[in-house]
Amino acid sequence: MATHRNNAGKERLIVIGNGMAGCRAVEEILKRDRDRYQITMFGAEPRVNYNRIMLSPVLAGEKTFDDIIINGEDWYRDNAITLYAGKQVTRIDTTARVVETACGVAAAYDALILATGSDPILLPLPGADLQGVVAFRDIDDVDRMVSISGRGGRAIVIGGGLLGLEAAYGLARRGMDATVIHLMDVLMERQLDASAGFLLQEALKARGVETVLGAQSEEILGADGKVVGLKLKDGRVLPCDLLVMAVGIRPNAKLAKDANIRVNRGILVDDSMRALAPGVYAVGECAEHRGQCYGLVAPIWEMCRALADTLTGAAGAYEGSVLSTRLKVSGVDVFSAGRFAGGEGCEDIVFRDAGRGVYKRVVIENGKVAGAVLFGDAADGGWYFDLMRQGVDVSDIRDTLVFGQAATEGLRGLDPNAAVVAMADETEVCGCNGICKGAIVSAIEAQGLNTLEGVRAVTKASASCGSCTPLVENILKATLGDGFQAQTGPKPLCACTHHPHAIVRTRIIAEQLESIPATMQALEWKTPDGCASCRPALNYYLLCAWPGIYRDDAQSRFVNERVHANIQKDGTYSVVPRMWGGMTSAKELRAIADVVERFDIPAVKVTGGQRIDLLGVRKEQLPAVWADLNAAGMVSGHAYAKGLRTVKTCVGTDWCRFGTQDSTGLGVRLEKFMWGSWTPAKVKLAVSGCPRNCAEATCKDIGVVCVDSGYEIHVGGAAGLHIKGTEVLTKVATENEAVEIICAITQLYREEGFYLERIYKWIARVGLATLVARVVDDARQRQALFARFEDSQRYSQHDPWAERAAGADAAEFGGFAAPPLAAAE
Amino acid sequence: MSAALFLEPAWADICAFDDLPVRGARRVETSGAPVAIFRTGDDRVFALIDRCPHKHGPLSMGIVHGHQVTCPLHAMVIDLASGELTGADAGKGCAPRVDVRVHGGRVLLALPAS
Repeated sequence: MATHRNNAGKERLIVIGNGMAGCRAVEEILKRDRDRYQITMFGAEPRVNYNRIMLSPVLAGEKTFDDIIINGEDWYRDNAITLYAGKQVTRIDTTARVVETACGVAAAYDALILATGSDPILLPLPGADLQGVVAFRDIDDVDRMVSISGRGGRAIVIGGGLLGLEAAYGLARRGMDATVIHLMDVLMERQLDASAGFLLQEALKARGVETVLGAQSEEILGADGKVVGLKLKDGRVLPCDLLVMAVGIRPNAKLAKDANIRVNRGILVDDSMRALAPGVYAVGECAEHRGQCYGLVAPIWEMCRALADTLTGAAGAYEGSVLSTRLKVSGVDVFSAGRFAGGEGCEDIVFRDAGRGVYKRVVIENGKVAGAVLFGDAADGGWYFDLMRQGVDVSDIRDTLVFGQAATEGLRGLDPNAAVVAMADETEVCGCNGICKGAIVSAIEAQGLNTLEGVRAVTKASASCGSCTPLVENILKATLGDGFQAQTGPKPLCACTHHPHAIVRTRIIAEQLESIPATMQALEWKTPDGCASCRPALNYYLLCAWPGIYRDDAQSRFVNERVHANIQKDGTYSVVPRMWGGMTSAKELRAIADVVERFDIPAVKVTGGQRIDLLGVRKEQLPAVWADLNAAGMVSGHAYAKGLRTVKTCVGTDWCRFGTQDSTGLGVRLEKFMWGSWTPAKVKLAVSGCPRNCAEATCKDIGVVCVDSGYEIHVGGAAGLHIKGTEVLTKVATENEAVEIICAITQLYREEGFYLERIYKWIARVGLATLVARVVDDARQRQALFARFEDSQRYSQHDPWAERAAGADAAEFGGFAAPPLAAAE
Repeated sequence: MSAALFLEPAWADICAFDDLPVRGARRVETSGAPVAIFRTGDDRVFALIDRCPHKHGPLSMGIVHGHQVTCPLHAMVIDLASGELTGADAGKGCAPRVDVRVHGGRVLLALPAS
């Protein structure tokens, strides 16, 4: 093969496809030989490489796009890879060895990798082109679904496979009524048997996803160009505002076909991943190997390794993959592998625990594991999968096999770590991040890691989807031996201590620990002065435990709370003055306008919490800006604080023809009483004057919805990273009762919430019933909590802006300048 | 920081040692890039260019713990002695070191002569 080398003496490698397969193939090649190729990548999506299997958690709002980026721009830069993102390759000339894009880029190659992935299958139903009909394939699809789900309504997902169920779950999490339409009688019938399928159906129902089985779609109905429903063959019509097609994928082999490279279902490749054209290779979902196309991540990684071997001079040999599947629906633990449904010559071992909703079925053929389905407790999935792949004879352990690895090996006096010890160093443990056992072991040994969190931080193993967590934990155990402290119970506060938050809080009070060093000493902290996670937590816990006694430690505050403004990406700050209940006046607005002009503040923005945000203020300007705002009667809005932020209100009976109570007045009263208080995480309130809820009180940490007969107190809403409606704590008749309950619940949260744990998470942990019992039903406890809140407020209601405008903490805002350096000339 | 290769570095008198907060930092404006001077819990002093290798956050605003600082923008942890990112980001970038010493209770910074 004639090799055309470029100036740097490197062969030119072109990769079409910037997805998981393309990037992983490149990573594997670089791992073997950093310098052999000059690499160019073409991607149809206009962005860097992200983890497509994690789109479901993004749709469900459990992760963000940033969380699932695998390789950011720096990876391409550091490895001198030229990336054409958003540039679709339109032609391959296999004779001239050139690829061309629609916008005229032409590039020559010595080796070409096709990693074009797959396309979602769109059913050719009438109405498939209506607005609101989407596939579930890339982040644009997710964005479309998220935007439609923002309006609530109903979603239909056609397809009860892995992807369809994850889509439906995500949409239900986003507040839509989701229904899955499935052609077969069992959900995920390619992975689950009827029993597990039924349990899954029940589990999904509990999470707001309905299923219609054995249903064939006939027509998508529309009005004004938008989808309004789905008609089934049996005549039923199901209304919907969004219709997702998730019926499967088809290898994207068009480019190859047009270039006369042999294609069957996918691009045909041999065991070394060569396609049928000189210098051309294919990998991932677009490839067809021994009659098989794959749509799961594990086989794709195996292909990438074989391809990298081939392209770096070793003999790459891919022999096909054995598959296993996990479903990414929070709280639903499902695993399936191999011939899970059994068949002739197979024996089943089945275990059920109705109370826990657990179902396990292990299929045995000729004394070996041939397949497994696990529902409700899938921790041993990896173990069964290994037994199956390695063809281990399980005749001796079949009586305990179904109880899992620990039971089986523990009962026999075997070392449960033996399997982990026996794993080869090159065995991949974390598929999301491509981390092998060897890398984990060397990180544990080199850096003295002894916790799961530590291993995650250093290696990223199990830090993405988390399904390999048990395996990573076992490797940690096997590597540390006796040095491993099992993490039973709650997680430690951070890597500096083995104590969880609750223990730290209890011991601060019980042992009267009144400073950070005293706490660290008594609780045997492992680091000299903590870290950026535990110091702010301890500072808060001490502040809350000893009001008026504990001296706040500025150096243990995150910068925003140290300088009382919000740091921005360029190192400037934003300033948000308090506007009680969202009310302002001509005088305040004039003062704000004057400040903006006087200090040349570049941006002014109205916030979602009914405040005005001044952005781009330099740190040294802050005290003077505050002085001017103070002069007009305005104080810090604490927009930077883990503390009371804003109380949003509507205009209530003052103006509104529907208002039932003085919501503005109550909001102002709450804010005047509660401002300045520090809390475990930020606290946002709202008061709506009637159930139309214009102040959006039902997605706040604490909300009040006024009704004719009184005040509904709501708690535990969120509308940020997670979206969650509030739950009703109670209803009271008077404003005074409302204020007492709200302050009592806030104080309970202050005393018992974990640092950075928002109210909704705290309630999920302790249960709403506990709060009702302690704050609503128990008047004595409520009054005591209220009194402690009131006492604590005596020490916290000093305007931090006024103090600093008057010169407090001047060094923080001053900084230094180096003198001119005449001496050096 | 190798501009003054054959010259004694120009030691600029910045501030008193006591002006530096324990477990804290101060920013120094220079004719070039601003410098962050750190004082750790054990009273060691370090100086780095005040710019996180990740997204250029001001390290002088971070929380100082051990001989490390956590950047205020995205919680990258930087080793004060080497300026290198640590943990999972190790090897991915470095804030250049600046020579600093304490002499007679004063903090002196070696600045490039240009």
